[in-house]
Amino acid sequence: MRYGYYPGCSLHSTAAEYEYSTRQVCEKLGITLEEIPDWNCCGASSAHSTSHLAGVAIPARNLALAEEKGLDVVAPCAACYQRLVTADYEMKHDPALKAKVEQVMDRKFNGTIGVKSTLEAVVESGLEKMTKALQKPLKGLKIACYYGCYLVKPPKIAHVDDPENPMIMDNIFRALGAETVDWPYKTECCSGSLVLSNTDITLKLARDIMQIAADSGANCIATPCPLCQPNLDMRVAQVNKKYGTNFDLPIFYFTELMALAFGVPKADLKFNKHFVEPTKLLADL
Amino acid sequence: MSVVNLSEQKLVNGQFADEVLKHTGVNVRDCYQCGKCSAGCPIAFAMDIRPNRVIRMVQLGMKDEVLESRTIWVCATCSTCTARCPRGVDPARIMDGLRIMALEAGKTANAENEVAVHKLFMDSIGKYGRLYELELFLRLTLKTGFLFKNTDLALPMLTKGKLSFLPTKLKGANEVKKIIEAAARLEGEQA
Repeated sequence: MRYGYYPGCSLHSTAAEYEYSTRQVCEKLGITLEEIPDWNCCGASSAHSTSHLAGVAIPARNLALAEEKGLDVVAPCAACYQRLVTADYEMKHDPALKAKVEQVMDRKFNGTIGVKSTLEAVVESGLEKMTKALQKPLKGLKIACYYGCYLVKPPKIAHVDDPENPMIMDNIFRALGAETVDWPYKTECCSGSLVLSNTDITLKLARDIMQIAADSGANCIATPCPLCQPNLDMRVAQVNKKYGTNFDLPIFYFTELMALAFGVPKADLKFNKHFVEPTKLLADL
Repeated sequence: MSVVNLSEQKLVNGQFADEVLKHTGVNVRDCYQCGKCSAGCPIAFAMDIRPNRVIRMVQLGMKDEVLESRTIWVCATCSTCTARCPRGVDPARIMDGLRIMALEAGKTANAENEVAVHKLFMDSIGKYGRLYELELFLRLTLKTGFLFKNTDLALPMLTKGKLSFLPTKLKGANEVKKIIEAAARLEGEQA
């Protein structure tokens, strides 16, 4: 499969390790990522909070660019995915809005392409392909699969899987030799969109998520979202200080663990970019 | 505490409810106050008015109270409420619309931090086409002291290579700026 790849701003800065592992995983699964030329920020979450029209038109420019190439869009970032899929949905369901969007972006969008998250694209390549690529089973990992909110909500538009109990990431890791835990916070919000303005809220939600993951028996968390990952990983020390907790759960991008299972060397996966470095947990892998 | 005389409320043709409908395409009159949105809202603990009450206040035409609330700015748009609403009311979409209405009405005295973040974010993507985090953080620090509250993160973010020193400038950066300006113009004409 060939896709128009939309990395989004995070994957070019704070989440470089997600970018690298995404590309590795896709290569191993025969998914070709062709970066959309001259893509722009999706606007999350300031554009849609300040103007509905700009909130649709800013991500829509990327859809128009991908359509010129004739490629469906694939986006690893959950927030970008949600903005792109929302723009696509709204334009396909509201011709008057589409006309206004085309007017303000001075480009055409004919609605001939679709939008997927990388997680979906990976799942669609099939578990069989994944088990064939498996070199290092993820033995000993008890993963809390943390999907976050933007991939599955609102479900009418963003519907990678069930909004309450998604399983597609769990199924991948089980096929790759890990255990995944049942836990109730799979799609609970981490308040990524508030981290710059209301850090106190973020710390409370991060605490709750890590507490419930730990209580559910997980020894690490895996996520497809570059807002969730730093909100947990980077904030661990602040959470521990504020709440007197002692969390040290490694927080992975799901593609990092997949790449590891597919034999990509640990040293290449840039785990030193994590604040909670997973050295001990991954010692035997 | 304000007094609401239910008999005097224009429940069927409330002007505020119609404004919200126009901004969001969502009819708040469909809400029957089950409270599921507030029960599942992860941020409800930090809100001054819980989501179901916001919806009720829109039904009742309590525009100033709603637009001046903290709730609309601390909503993280996670859409858990929307996913669970048995009446298809889409509270998350309403919160987006209420934020925009508060900005239009200039009622943002309770939301200085949030408005500063949104403005600097939009400035950044208007200028470069993509977000330039380092500059955003520095400009935000001048407004709200952001980095001083996160001194423990600043250095590791730099040493771990999580921040680019230089912005990426798109060929189409100007297009993003034009989209933002054209959208504001068109929405202004149609308001």
